[in-house]
Amino acid sequence: MARIIVVTSGKGGVGKTTSSAAIGTGLALQGKKTVIVDFDIGLRNLDLIMGVERRVVYDFVNVINGEANLNQALIKDKRVDGLFILPASQTRDKDALTLDGVEKVLDELSEQFDYIICDSPAGIEQGALMALYFADEAIVVTNPEVSSVRDSDRILGILASKSRRAEKGLDPVKENLLLTRYNPSRVERGDMLSVEDVKEILAIPLLGVIPESQAVLKASNLGEPVVLDEQSDAGQAYLDAISRLEGNEVDFRFLTEPKKGIFKRIFGG
Amino acid sequence: MAILDFFRSDKKKAASVAKERLQIIVAHERSTLRHSGPDYLPDLQRDILAVIRKYVEVDQDAVNIQLDNRGDDLSVLELNVTLPEEK
Ligand SMILES: Nc1ncnc2c1ncn2[C@@H]1O[C@H](COP(=O)(O)OP(=O)(O)OP(=O)(O)O)[C@@H](O)[C@H]1O
Ligand SMILES: [Mg+2]
Repeated sequence: MARIIVVTSGKGGVGKTTSSAAIGTGLALQGKKTVIVDFDIGLRNLDLIMGVERRVVYDFVNVINGEANLNQALIKDKRVDGLFILPASQTRDKDALTLDGVEKVLDELSEQFDYIICDSPAGIEQGALMALYFADEAIVVTNPEVSSVRDSDRILGILASKSRRAEKGLDPVKENLLLTRYNPSRVERGDMLSVEDVKEILAIPLLGVIPESQAVLKASNLGEPVVLDEQSDAGQAYLDAISRLEGNEVDFRFLTEPKKGIFKRIFGG
Repeated sequence: MAILDFFRSDKKKAASVAKERLQIIVAHERSTLRHSGPDYLPDLQRDILAVIRKYVEVDQDAVNIQLDNRGDDLSVLELNVTLPEEK
C-alpha cells in the first residue's frame, strides 16, 4: 500500500509543482519507490520541471479512458532509481478526470509504489478536488503572503470536508504546512509574514520552510528537480522536509538572514 | 539597521498588519465556510447581514450566527451582531 500525498494550495503559482518534483525525487533518492502524478489537466508542467517533456507519449487521461495501460504512460526517470512520472494530458476537457477513473489508476499505482505524490492544479474546482480526494496526507504549499495563507485555510477546510477520508468518516487527512519562497531578510525587516505568524494562523504542523532561491529557477531551466542541486539552500531545505515526512526530527535551517558584512548592514541590501 | 528602525517605528510593520487582517478574515471564513450544521446557515447569515446593512453600515464579519444543539429536541440559533459605535 502506497502513501498517497497531495501537494495542494488553493492559490496558483506558489510552488506546488516545484515541491512535488523536489519531494518525489528526494523520496526516491532515499530508496522509496515513488510516482509523481500530474493532476493539472490542460496545463501540464511537471514534465518540464522533471525534464521529461520529450518522452511523453501517453498520459493520465489516456490510461483512464483505456487508450493505454499504466506502464505505457509511466515515464521512468533516468537519473534516480525507482522514480516515475505520470504526465497530465493537454486536453482542454477539464472533466476528463472522473472519480472512478482516478481511483482505478491510484489503486493500480498503489500496488507498485511506496509513495504517490499528487501535484494538484490551483483553485478549488474539479481538478483540485480530484487531486486531494484520495489523499492520506496533504502538503499545503503556502507563501508568506496574505492571499496565499487565506487560500491555504480554504483548502484545509476542503480537506476536512470533501476528501474521501472525510466523507467515509475515516481518520482525517494528515496536514502538513510547507512554507515556500521564504525571505528571512524581509521577515526581519517586518515586511513579510514570519514562519511563526503563518503557523499561528493555519495551526497545522510545519513540514518545512523553503527559502526564496535562485536555485529554483535554475533547476527548472535545466529540467532538474532542485534536490539534485545538493549545494543549494532550497535543495537542502527540501531534503530536510522529506526527512521530516519520513518521521525524523530535523532542525529547521534557512530561517535567518545569512550574516552580512558591516557595510551591507549599515547601508542595507 | 537600528537607525532605520527608529525612523520607521511610528508606522506599523507591514507583516503585523498582514497578520491581523488574516486572523480576522480566516476566523470569519472558518465560521461560515467550515461550519457544521445545516447547509442553509451561510445563506441565512448573508441574508441577515443584507437586512442589517439596509439600516447600518457594518462589516462582513459583523454578523455571527451559530446553531447549538442542546439536547435531543432543542436547538438554539445564536445571532451576534456587532454594531459600529454611534457617532
Ligand atoms: N523557493 C523558491 N524560490 C524562488 N522561486 C520559486 C520557489 N518556489 C517556486 N518558485 C517559482 O515560482 C513559480 C511557480 O512555481 P510552481 O510552478 O512550482 O507553482 P505551482 O503552485 O505549481 O503553480 P500552478 O498553480 O500554476 O500549478 C515558478 O516560476 C518557480 O520557479
Ligand atoms: Mg503546478
